[in-house]
Amino acid sequence: MFLYDFTELTSTIHAGLETTFGEGLLTTTIEFVIAGIVYLLFFAVFGLFAVYLERKVCAIIQNRVGPNRVGPYGLVQTIADFVKLLMKELIPINNSDRFLFNLAPFIVITATFLAIGAIPFAPGLQMLDFDIGILYVTAVSSLGVLGILLAGWSSNNKYSLIGAMRSGAQIVSYELSAGLSLMTIIVLAGTMQFSQVVAGQADLWFIFKGHIPAIIAFIIFMIAGTAETNRGPFDLAEAESELTAGFHTEYSGIKFALFYLSEYINMFIIAAIGTTVFLGGWQPFQIPGLETFNHIMWYCPPVLWFFLKAFALIIIMMWFKWTFPRLRIDQLLKLEWKYLLPINLINLILMATCVLLGWHF
Amino acid sequence: MNVIMFYILAAVILVCSVLTVTSRKILRAATYLMFVLIATAGLYFLLQVNFLAAVQLMVYAGGIVVLIIFSVLLTSHIEHQFELAAPSKSIPAALAAIAGAAICIASILQFDFTSRLAEQTTSPDIRQFGHAFLNYGDGGYVLPFEVISILLLAAMVAAIMIAKKNKQ
Repeated sequence: MFLYDFTELTSTIHAGLETTFGEGLLTTTIEFVIAGIVYLLFFAVFGLFAVYLERKVCAIIQNRVGPNRVGPYGLVQTIADFVKLLMKELIPINNSDRFLFNLAPFIVITATFLAIGAIPFAPGLQMLDFDIGILYVTAVSSLGVLGILLAGWSSNNKYSLIGAMRSGAQIVSYELSAGLSLMTIIVLAGTMQFSQVVAGQADLWFIFKGHIPAIIAFIIFMIAGTAETNRGPFDLAEAESELTAGFHTEYSGIKFALFYLSEYINMFIIAAIGTTVFLGGWQPFQIPGLETFNHIMWYCPPVLWFFLKAFALIIIMMWFKWTFPRLRIDQLLKLEWKYLLPINLINLILMATCVLLGWHF
Repeated sequence: MNVIMFYILAAVILVCSVLTVTSRKILRAATYLMFVLIATAGLYFLLQVNFLAAVQLMVYAGGIVVLIIFSVLLTSHIEHQFELAAPSKSIPAALAAIAGAAICIASILQFDFTSRLAEQTTSPDIRQFGHAFLNYGDGGYVLPFEVISILLLAAMVAAIMIAKKNKQ
């Protein structure tokens, strides 16, 4: 059953390509292209579905029906929206820095592309497995902010500039919390390699293994992750009521779509990292000792487990957005530097103590 | 494959380095600098020193370039362009640069790289870094590590003092 282990599938493809094209440059290039296309397709399909999901979740929270005209339950609505977005005119802006203006969306989307490559979706379904996996993901996801800063400045618009400044301050400070909360789990796991982090949760997920410090780290990670993706209640960078649309005010058509898509992909990356590091990745829910129960849990294939958990976290993040009012910039920075960061540092020491004294499961 | 990737990365580094110093718009220069730093991280990945590559991305591309762009955003206007330097300044500068490059290239060409080629070892594990940092025995780095942390702490306190000066 290939749903349980993708190693066989990928090695079959690899062997097939090698017999056809021979070992070497051509095979490697074709494999790169295949991997790229698979991720692009995933980006597109996930983006369409996530926008639909967001509109439905928002509608349910606001006691509305949401999209319901195009297709069954409005499922085709986002495809129609996407086609509309593609057909829109790309408006050229006078007095803008044309080169940087066009470059910015691609920096943002490239950063998400780099980050998603390291995420293990299922056994054998992972592009990069570095020994520094978690550090790598935090490093490349910090590149996205450069695109936002450039977009804000090159638009030559005050709203965009203010949005970009806010976004920069926000992402740079919340990166600390996200990194430190992941560090707490690295202390428990003893490794940064994603495959080993997942393998270490085969008997019990880290959020249960590390009990109190792990749960604190998980909550902080979700808050910091929501802030890093520029989503509400931390969406100051594009606060509609004050800045029209913040850093992407001047963008239209496909370039706007890239920003829009990257927000959802970033949300998925945060949810996927949260899933992998705290909730066992593709490992099914296991309780040590209950053999029958554990066996039943394995009937659901790992890749489904992964997406189930990731979408649960995504829905929680959407719930955040439509429930809490937007923070002010000073409240935002106060939350990070005066509350989350000290709690995180104490939590890290607590986790180290737990690990040294063996107070974990 | 590795050779092709090396030449692509080297070309990016060379072209963008030249553009960094020749661009007359300051934010474009910062962007080209960012490409140089990211391509350098790519070289580290190619050499399989993943930790160094990730640190390069995090500290230089994610930290220092963000800081540079941030300060440009605060200070510079979009239509501002640097004027071309007068020939009386640019010609001596060009001569000095060419002389420096000539010395560097000459000394690099004289160096015998091929006889010093070492076997490709496995890339150092992140755990080894951790143990080396906190090791106070032979080959340990705990003293420099702590000295650097104190230096960083002093820098942070100084930054807070400077920022607070006006508010008294």
